[in-house]
Amino acid sequence: MDTTANKKKTTSRKSSKSGKSGFGKEMYLSWYELMLRIRKFEERALMMYGQQKIRGFCHVYIGQEAVAAGLESAIRPEDAVVTAYRQHGIALARGCSSDECMAELFGKKTGIVKGKGGSMHFFSAEHRYFGGNGIVGAQIPIGTGIGFAEKYKGTDNLCVTMFGDGAARQGSLHESFNMAMSWKLPVLYIVENNGYAMGTSVKRTSNVTELYKLGQSYDMPGEPVDGMDPAAVHEAVTKAAEHIRSGKGPFLLEMRTYRYKGHSVSDPAKYRTKEEVQEYKERDPIKMIEEATLKESLATEEDLKAIQDKIKQEIADAVKFAEESEFPDPSELWEDNYVQKDYPFIMD
Amino acid sequence: MARKLALRDALREAMVEEMRRDESVFLMGEEVAEYDGAYKVSKGMLEEFGAKRVIDTPIAELGFAGIGVGAAMNGLRPIVEFMTWNFAVLAFDQIVNNAAKTLSQSAGNFKCPIVFRGPSGSAGQLAQQHSQTFESWMANVPGLKVISCVDPADAKGLLKSAIRDDDPVCMMESELLYGFEDEVPEEEYLVPIGVAAVRRQGSDVTLVSFNKMMYPTLEAAEELAKEGVEAEVIDLRTIRPIDYQTVVNSVKKTNRLVVIDESWPLAGVSSEIAYAIQKYAFDYLDAPVTRVNAADTSLPYAPTLVEAYLPNAEKIVKAVKEVMYMKA
Repeated sequence: MDTTANKKKTTSRKSSKSGKSGFGKEMYLSWYELMLRIRKFEERALMMYGQQKIRGFCHVYIGQEAVAAGLESAIRPEDAVVTAYRQHGIALARGCSSDECMAELFGKKTGIVKGKGGSMHFFSAEHRYFGGNGIVGAQIPIGTGIGFAEKYKGTDNLCVTMFGDGAARQGSLHESFNMAMSWKLPVLYIVENNGYAMGTSVKRTSNVTELYKLGQSYDMPGEPVDGMDPAAVHEAVTKAAEHIRSGKGPFLLEMRTYRYKGHSVSDPAKYRTKEEVQEYKERDPIKMIEEATLKESLATEEDLKAIQDKIKQEIADAVKFAEESEFPDPSELWEDNYVQKDYPFIMD
Repeated sequence: MARKLALRDALREAMVEEMRRDESVFLMGEEVAEYDGAYKVSKGMLEEFGAKRVIDTPIAELGFAGIGVGAAMNGLRPIVEFMTWNFAVLAFDQIVNNAAKTLSQSAGNFKCPIVFRGPSGSAGQLAQQHSQTFESWMANVPGLKVISCVDPADAKGLLKSAIRDDDPVCMMESELLYGFEDEVPEEEYLVPIGVAAVRRQGSDVTLVSFNKMMYPTLEAAEELAKEGVEAEVIDLRTIRPIDYQTVVNSVKKTNRLVVIDESWPLAGVSSEIAYAIQKYAFDYLDAPVTRVNAADTSLPYAPTLVEAYLPNAEKIVKAVKEVMYMKA
């Protein structure tokens, strides 16, 4: 596959021709390509799960793609990102390849973490991606610590620490917010509010349903963002990142988004109405970009078609790559438990 | 050359030397900086290293343990002090689910070189919530290493090794013994993780222990010597990985084993040692392996109940006489 397609863009918003939001063709098409990559990757992952090629837990990102796209275009490659277990889209946004990610879901040794992490745990030191974490809210203090290390080392980098509306109710959030604000750590907290913690509506988990307000008792600034619009995400992240890099400490963005599918593959999502799902699908970020770029003459049908064809081929190739790769050798069980090479495991 | 040093001062020397040697090492925890440490282990460190590297945290064990894990994943070497391991229970998600598993789930993309340290075990009449030992809990988890040592010289050398180790290490100390003094070499040295120490030579019975239970164990050995029984006493020093070989070698010589362990009996360190010995020294045993543990109860407040709960020299002597088939 063409890995250069996955490399981060340094697209400038100043383009000879730009749309209503002020972003140019290149930016729109890069969002389009990334969102389409995530959507098609996830659709194929669900299909492969149905064929039992993928096992275990599997939480797909369909519906939330605009958050990944607008975030990645607004931060720097050297910034760190850590998130929860609905994480395939964030890994792809960071530049992890479709091949390696699909092979990981298949549990193959060519996977991004050698078939050891599966759907919830992609990691890439190369892409400054500190993982998918499977414990709800555990990545909030970890991301805070990643940011702590950046400040300690005196860099200009920040750590994007992502979590869902469910994790927003964990105590780890409050402990982290308090220390991050006290110590002015370079952390961008992003809560992806998709409305449901597994099957429990955000409205049933607290009196405080406007999650961007959660930082207020620590004096942390926060804002709500339309998480279905990559331009809105990009602008909010850009502004928050400037605030953070100026040394003022963390910022909280609440991305209001929606997952079209259930919590995981085993969830029929009976706790919400068809009308509600439909309402969000009408604001689908991929469809919206297609319409907007054509309407504003930022791109042609051919431009979009070329990206669609490229992604279709890329995902087909990724499945083939995963299918044809081997499972890890059983001896791999004993690797990566300790850095110490001669650790004396108990073998009886 | 050696001089007498208290355990708390030996531990501080370890941290100070490593922080002078490596900029990426820092200390964080409750009261470690301005208060000089709840048990004065970090006394004076704020003055030398400043607030950037000696960091007072709010009372938020889960949060600051997680910040340590994140910092370790991102290139630093944190030392996270818990006021006691009893409070570290609030942080187990970060120690067990994250520090221990980072290397495996990232397939080597990220390591987690962090030291979690603090006192473990009973410390007088502190009652149920402040008296637990955590060696066997943490040692159960692959990915972690566990040190439990109160000999000042060894504790210093082991802590230095732990700080330099690329894997996460849990260091178990003892509130009661922070003031305990013994000889500590002046010159720089390291003590390797995973190697036991023979504290007393003997040929009649092997006594295995660790942390502060070493002292009633050594006391019992002296008592037994008066009755003509020479005990060999082994200090495990590290609980994960356990140095089985030193214990096996000793039992092959003495043919009898008593394990003294402040852990509760079920799935404790003593059970593990007993398993290893029946497996690797079965033909050498002249008596069943016996153990002296804390009672299989919570530890209440009253002094009589503390006495009844803990191993002591008298209980150890009794157990040894059992395996020696001597009259009590």
